[in-house]
Amino acid sequence: MNRLLLNKIILVLSTLSAVIGISFLFWILATLTYKGVSSLHLSTFTQDLVNGGIRNLLVGQFTMALIASAIAVPIGMFAGIWLREYSNQNKLASIIRNLSDVMMSAPSIVIGVFVYALFVAPFGNYNGFAGVIALTIMMIPIIISTTDNMLALVPKELREAGIALGGSKHKIIMQIIIKAAKVGITTGVLLSFARIIGETAPLLFTSANNQFFTMDLTGQFPSLTVSIYNLATYPDEASRELAWAASFVLTAIVLIINLTGRYMTRNKK
Amino acid sequence: MGGKLFKNFSFFSATLSFFILVGIFSILFSYAQDSLHEFGFDFLGSEVWEADEDDEELGVFGGYIPLVGTMLSTVIAMVIATPLAMGIAIFLTEIAHKTLIKPVSIAIELLAAIPSIIYGMWGLFYFAPIMQSAFGGNGVGLLTAGVVLAIMIIPFMAAITRDSMNTVPDVLKESAYAMGATKFEVIKDVIMPYSKGGIIGSIILALGRALGETMAVAFLIGSVMQIPNKVTDATTSIPVLLANNFSEAEGLEMSSMYYLALILFVVSFAIISIAKFYFLGKKVK
Repeated sequence: MNRLLLNKIILVLSTLSAVIGISFLFWILATLTYKGVSSLHLSTFTQDLVNGGIRNLLVGQFTMALIASAIAVPIGMFAGIWLREYSNQNKLASIIRNLSDVMMSAPSIVIGVFVYALFVAPFGNYNGFAGVIALTIMMIPIIISTTDNMLALVPKELREAGIALGGSKHKIIMQIIIKAAKVGITTGVLLSFARIIGETAPLLFTSANNQFFTMDLTGQFPSLTVSIYNLATYPDEASRELAWAASFVLTAIVLIINLTGRYMTRNKK
Repeated sequence: MGGKLFKNFSFFSATLSFFILVGIFSILFSYAQDSLHEFGFDFLGSEVWEADEDDEELGVFGGYIPLVGTMLSTVIAMVIATPLAMGIAIFLTEIAHKTLIKPVSIAIELLAAIPSIIYGMWGLFYFAPIMQSAFGGNGVGLLTAGVVLAIMIIPFMAAITRDSMNTVPDVLKESAYAMGATKFEVIKDVIMPYSKGGIIGSIILALGRALGETMAVAFLIGSVMQIPNKVTDATTSIPVLLANNFSEAEGLEMSSMYYLALILFVVSFAIISIAKFYFLGKKVK
């Protein structure tokens, strides 16, 4: 009798855990929507931070994340290609694979400190370029792991067919293997983009922040996330409202990109 | 010709992560030199953090308070998150009806996708007041930071645990059920032992993540340089101290900041390596 009761209790507790997890998601999303929508105005999107809007912050955050992606995606993909197609799964490949996994979990604030030492301290001022580098370092290992895993799913027969056609190795990779793994890799790119666009810690003392609209990567660069952190600590109501509006917009962007990425793979399979 | 270039560039890209990691370690280590020379390992046990106003090369710095704050907030988060994450994983693999698995999984994964600064905002303005009325104190402090940290690492832990529980062959479970085992007995005696490595690995990875989490904790731990006497007391942690004070530090204090970053980096490196090598196995297929 006791074992049946114990069984019931555990099953109820497990279900309860799932309910708790989901409640937190809805609680957070409901708060954000409620606070965010009531603080949003048209001027929020047309004005810069200095005038109580987030236009320059959105542009700044996207600019840094897009440039970081433009650097990290090719590097990460080539690294994944080497690991899967060229390394013959040797010792070095397994070391690199593991190091890249470790790097993926490295505390983001430490990456900020590292980039500060290399790209901010020597120049004496915060700059958007340093922010880009920090985000790139965060993104590379995610792309490596995605590419590596997706290429592993490509059937051997495709490679053999390519060889039988007399294609050279890099042509087979570019024209057959990458095409076969395209959807999975694109999803990985979108998910990692969603991750880095919401990052704050690596930007705090690399790009820092800027109240004005600028595209100059050699100076302090506007950041949405860093602004939220600053605004939330100001005592006045207007700053807080703007922080909520910015939080709502940020979360919406992150979740939409994330869901788009998931939807793509779902559709294909 | 093009093939050679292609191959070489792939190889260069692959080795880059190695150089970045070595680069991070060497930079932190060399910038921490002054502090390492001045305080050595006593740094870890000293509570004093006082800059000298006249000379930036003087002053006394010790990392004990942020170290303790980091460890305590992580412990609180782990104690709360581990059972809940296990529960969610069990729910997803053994209990949930087929139609529920997908939406619940997506919800849990979205929880993981929310940026940490959002957890900070929500925690500070909505969760902290609730904690204050329930436990007293300021609302911000160790406990609040620990609970919100727990919410952040639960999805991560649950996802890896679920994946490793999913690898248990159905035959094993079915034979146990055929012997008359209850669901809980199958979970305890078949699934848990079979996926032990993955479960412990996920717990350790989540631990590593909690240690380095910055923004949410920065909002919620109070950022005060003091040893907490109660769980509701405000204190600070290594990532939070770095986030708030790194850019204003100079001289020896700056070097001590690098020392703290070095400690955090080495500890997370060790934790993640242990999780990967001993429990999660090598992912090579």
